[in-house]
Amino acid sequence: MNVAVDFKNVDIVFGADTTTSLAMLDKGATRAEILEKTGNVLGCAGANLTINEGEISVLMGLSGSGKSTLLRAVNRLNIVSRGQVMVKDGDKMVDVVSCDEATLRRLRQHQVAMVFQQFGLLPWRTVEENVGLGLELAGMPDPERKEKVGKQLDLVNLTPWAKKYAHELSGGMQQRVGLARAFATEAPILLMDEPFSALDPLIRTKLQDELLQLQKTLKKTIIFVSHDLEEALKIGNTITIMEGGRIVQSGPPEDIVLRPANDYVRDFIANVNPLSVLTAWNVMRDRRDLEDAGEGWLWLDRRKTTRFKIDAQGLVAAAERNGQPAVWVSVDDIDKSADETSHVFWAKPGTSLKLVMLAMHRSQTSPVALFDDQSRFVGAIGIRDVLSAVLRR
Amino acid sequence: MDPVSNLLAAYKIPIGLWGKAFFTFLTDNFNAIFRGFSNGLNLLLDGLVDGLLLLPPVVVVALVAALAWYLQRSRALAIGVALGLLFIINQGLWKQTVETLVLVVAAAAASMAIGVPLGIWAAHKPKVYRIMLPVLDLMQTLPTFVYLIPVLTLFGLGNAPGLIVTIIFVIPTAVRLTHLGVTSVPTAIIEAGQAFGATKRQLLWKVELPAALPTIMAGLTQCIMLSLSMVVFAALIGAGGLGTEINRALGSRKIDLGLEAGLAIVVLAIVLDRMTRIGVGGKK
Repeated sequence: MNVAVDFKNVDIVFGADTTTSLAMLDKGATRAEILEKTGNVLGCAGANLTINEGEISVLMGLSGSGKSTLLRAVNRLNIVSRGQVMVKDGDKMVDVVSCDEATLRRLRQHQVAMVFQQFGLLPWRTVEENVGLGLELAGMPDPERKEKVGKQLDLVNLTPWAKKYAHELSGGMQQRVGLARAFATEAPILLMDEPFSALDPLIRTKLQDELLQLQKTLKKTIIFVSHDLEEALKIGNTITIMEGGRIVQSGPPEDIVLRPANDYVRDFIANVNPLSVLTAWNVMRDRRDLEDAGEGWLWLDRRKTTRFKIDAQGLVAAAERNGQPAVWVSVDDIDKSADETSHVFWAKPGTSLKLVMLAMHRSQTSPVALFDDQSRFVGAIGIRDVLSAVLRR
Repeated sequence: MDPVSNLLAAYKIPIGLWGKAFFTFLTDNFNAIFRGFSNGLNLLLDGLVDGLLLLPPVVVVALVAALAWYLQRSRALAIGVALGLLFIINQGLWKQTVETLVLVVAAAAASMAIGVPLGIWAAHKPKVYRIMLPVLDLMQTLPTFVYLIPVLTLFGLGNAPGLIVTIIFVIPTAVRLTHLGVTSVPTAIIEAGQAFGATKRQLLWKVELPAALPTIMAGLTQCIMLSLSMVVFAALIGAGGLGTEINRALGSRKIDLGLEAGLAIVVLAIVLDRMTRIGVGGKK
C-alpha cells in the first residue's frame, strides 16, 4: 500500500526559543516541567505515524492531547520544531517541515485540503464563492472554476443554496459548504479538524454517513481529528489515541477496544458498546485451540454439547449436537429458521458480534461456527467467548 | 518652594527652545520646499472649489443626492440630502459650504490613504504598533493650537495648512480603526485562507481586508466627522469656509450668523455620515 502521510519523530513546541525545551524533552521532562522552566507549551512529542493512501485515520484524545496539533503539522499551520512530516506530492514524498514557501503553497492548493471545526467560511461570500476559494487562490480561470464548483455543490446537495451567503445557512449546511470547498480542489489528502463537533447529534450522524458514502467513490486519504470515540470507531480504518502530546496506541478500531494499551485508553473505551465494533473474528477461538473429540471430530464449545467432523479440505462433513445429528445453517438465514435444537449456525469472520449473539439466542445457546470464504472451518464461538469480549475480561 | 523643586526648576530642560530651533532650522533650509508644496496644494483645493462653484448650486445638489442614492439605494436618504443642501443655499452659505466640503473630503481621503496602509502594517507587526501608539496619542491629544503655530510658519496661510492640521488630527483614527479591523479578523478564516494556499497578498486582499471592511468604513465615517470638527481651527490659519463664518461671528458676537453657520455644519455632518455609513450587518 502507498504511504500518503508519514510523521517521523515529530516534536512540536509552541514558544519563542525551542532549543531549551527540546533539550529538556530529550532528558525526559514532562509537559508541565517544560512549561514551568521555559514558558513553552509542548504540543506534541516523538510522534511516529504512517497513514496509507485511501484510509481514514482518526486521531483521538481529550482536549490538549495534541491531536489537532499533529494534524495541523501536515499543512504547516503548526510549525514542527523537530522531525519530518512527509506528504505525498504526485509520485514523490515532500517534507512539509523543510520545504520552501512555493512548494508549501502548491501542496496546500493541490495536495492537502482542510475542513475546520468552526467551518472557517468567509461570511461576505456566497456559498459558491466559498466553495471556489481554493481554486481561486490557485489561479484557476473563472469558467473552469464555475464548472468545478457547480459539480461540487451537486455532490453535497447544495445547488439550491449556491447564491446564499454562508452565514444564512444552518451549521450542518455550513459544514457541507466546508466539505465542498475541500473537495473542490481535488486534493487527495483531506485534513478534518473535529469537523462535526460543533453540530447537533442528529446532523452529526447524518454528515458522518454522507462522508462515508462520498469516501466510497472519492477514496481520499483522510486524517480526522475527533474526541468522540463512537465517531472514531464508526468512520476510522485506523485509530490513533494520543495523551499529553504523545501517541499511546495506534491500530484498527477493534484492536483498541479489545486490547487497550494502558489505563488511559481503557478509560476512553469504558463507555463504548463493544457490540458496535466487534466482529465474530475478534472473539472466536481458533480451530487449533478447540478440544479434539476423536476420529476427526472437534468440540466447538467447552461444555462439549456440539461437535463437527472436519474433512481433509477443512470442510465440515458432519455435525452433532447433544449426541444427535445436526445441520449447519448460515446466520444470514437466521430469520428463515425456527428455534430448533438441531441447528448449528455458522458465520463469516466479518459478521458482527450482535448477529452472532442473535444466532446463539435462536439456537438455544449452541456455539456458532466460523467459516472462511471457501467454507472451511476456521474456529468457533462459545457463549463464554462472547461474555468475556463484552465484559472485557 | 522646597529645595528639590528649586533645584529642578533651576535646570529647566529647554524643550520649547529645542522645538523652536528645529522649526527654525526647517524654515531656514527647506522653506522653498514647504512653500512650494503649500502653493501646489492651495492651487489644487482652490481649483476644486472654483470648479464646484462654477456649476449652478441646484445641479450640485442634484448630483450629491444622486450619489447618495447610488451609495445607499435609499430614496428617503436622497430626498433628505437634497433638502439639507437646499436649506444651506437658502441660508446664503453655499460658497462657504462648498469650501468646507472640499476641505473635509480631501482631509478624510488623504487620512484614509495614509492611515489604512499604516493600520495594516501595524496590524501585521505588533512591534511597529507599539512604536506607533505614543505618536498617535500625541497627534490626537496635543492641543490643536500648539501645532497651528509651526504649521503656519512652515506652510503660510491658506487652505493647504488647514488641510494639513486636519490630517494630523484625523490620521490616528484611520490607523486605529484599520488596526482594530485587521487584528480582529477571526483566526479561523485566516487559517482557512492559509490552508488553501493563499499568498500573503491574497490573504490581505481576499480575506483580511474584506473581513475588516466594516470597521475600516466606520473609520472613514469617523474621519469625516473629525475633519468637520476641525474646520473652525483650520479657519484660524486661513482656510475658508463655514469655519471662517463662525470665527467671524465669535469675533463680532453675531448670534444669528453663528447659528446659521453652525447649523450648516451640522447639516453637512449628517449628510456625509449617512452617505458613507455601511449598512447594518456589514452588507449592502
